Amino acid sequence: MPLLSAQGLRKRYGDSEVVAGIDLAIEARECFGLLGPNGAGKTTTLRLLLGLTEPDGGSMAMLGLPVPQQAREARMKVGIVPQMDNLDPDFSVYENLLVYGRYFGHPDAEIKARIPALLEFANLTHRAEAKIEALSGGMQRRLTLARALINDPDLLFLDEPTTGLDPQARHMMWQGLRRLLGQGKTIVITTHFMEEAERLCDRLAIMDQGKIIATGTPRALIELHIEPQVVEVFGEGVEAWAATYGRTLCERFERAGETLFCYTRDHDALLRQLSGQSVLRYLSRPANLEDVFLKITGRDLRD
Amino acid sequence: MKTHDFRLPSLSLRFIPVWRRNFLVWRKLAIPALLGNLADPAFYMLGLGYGLGGLLPEVHGMSYIAFLASGTLCYSTMNSASFEALYSGFSRMHVQKTWDAILNTPLTLDDVLLGELIWITTKSLLSGLAILVIIWAMGLHASFAMSLWAIPLIVLMGFCFTGMALVINAISPSYDFFMYYFTLAITPMVLLGGVFYPVDQLPPLLQQVSAALPLSHAIELARPLMLGRVPADIAVHVGVLLAYGTLGYYLALALTRRRLLK
Repeated sequence: MPLLSAQGLRKRYGDSEVVAGIDLAIEARECFGLLGPNGAGKTTTLRLLLGLTEPDGGSMAMLGLPVPQQAREARMKVGIVPQMDNLDPDFSVYENLLVYGRYFGHPDAEIKARIPALLEFANLTHRAEAKIEALSGGMQRRLTLARALINDPDLLFLDEPTTGLDPQARHMMWQGLRRLLGQGKTIVITTHFMEEAERLCDRLAIMDQGKIIATGTPRALIELHIEPQVVEVFGEGVEAWAATYGRTLCERFERAGETLFCYTRDHDALLRQLSGQSVLRYLSRPANLEDVFLKITGRDLRD
Repeated sequence: MKTHDFRLPSLSLRFIPVWRRNFLVWRKLAIPALLGNLADPAFYMLGLGYGLGGLLPEVHGMSYIAFLASGTLCYSTMNSASFEALYSGFSRMHVQKTWDAILNTPLTLDDVLLGELIWITTKSLLSGLAILVIIWAMGLHASFAMSLWAIPLIVLMGFCFTGMALVINAISPSYDFFMYYFTLAITPMVLLGGVFYPVDQLPPLLQQVSAALPLSHAIELARPLMLGRVPADIAVHVGVLLAYGTLGYYLALALTRRRLLK
């Protein structure tokens, strides 16, 4: 039986159906990624799964309990890292953990016994007495993650956990999440960083306009949707080059601004042609999740 | 709005950690907070009581400062509840997203709002008690035993004005919105409710308006208690305060559910 599941999930705000019929089944010890452009319905899906808002249709279950009917009880063993940090600015790092633990009904002694390990995990032991405003963005994110672990959850939800972090802080967050997966936790993560999804997730679902439009392991999604080789060609005259060689040397190509994305199974001829000219610059790389994402959700801006 | 938003409040002891969270924040700032509770209304009461009181022989059979003291007791409790529910409550709900953080735990919005109701009532109890201590210190009460009844009255007032203010909190887009409530509800209550002068000084129409305001009913209870008398029409006055508080809280919960659980 999956740890978290949804069938036919729907949610409507006014005229727009933000979640338009979603089916999910997330197994224990899995890291599951929910990907999608802004406004795809990822955050609303999470709120529905947590029982924080009522669906207009469909059924859900979390940790064996029906949602939203028994979502409150299920949340006893769930940890949540929200998109926006909502740490308590009136409290120190230590007090944030203590006060949050009390919301789960745990006695103070039990919470206090857990705090040192959580501070250690978040690399914040030396900042236990610091005020929130004195912490960097990365430290605040780590504290939010530590706070979500105060009840030793089986299931962890993270809504865009590394948005706004610098690369060092992002790698530190990934390292923490891998440790948690190693401890046997189940993680559901939303992100629009494809690298993050590719590194962490066992399985992914790509959402757009309230629907899941693709699902599978990162590797399977790339193999299914994209030719294995990508050559990015850019510089002046790329348009003329595309008109001449695009159809013959690429199996499929797309233009985005100054750059031509050329997809192919065999790039030898293509690279030979490009290396023989001096105007255009190019980059050859294997296909990745971002190519899949852009192919199936399109290159238009979502504002 | 869904009819669902209007389901009855669920009452549970799970409110306690929410109350404790607010108490812990308050404790860090307790000294300036207590000073604010005490000093501001005390200066009003003493300044007006002596300054204006010297010009007035007697008001309703008591010195003006004693008259003003029972008004200040009620007015100060109301202000404390209203400010905490609006400015501090709105910070926790909308600005700091403290309530959102709590809703991610096994607490519900009903638990959060009950915790806030009881916390804000507790805080306004401190404000009311501060004035009561001044009254005792200055001997402005007739009977100590009777004046003790002011304590449950302060709690009732705290409940009433918290319930009302939480409705405004639930519909506010920003802090600026509170000015409507202070200008259109709090100020008329202070000026028509009998804080500074007896309501029977007002023209009949304004007396009728006054009779509909909860602060007037609170003062109708507080003033005789300070004079050592049993108030008249206790059930009516208590009933009005309970009704404003209960309906306010129920409506506030429904509107906050619609706002945060959509």
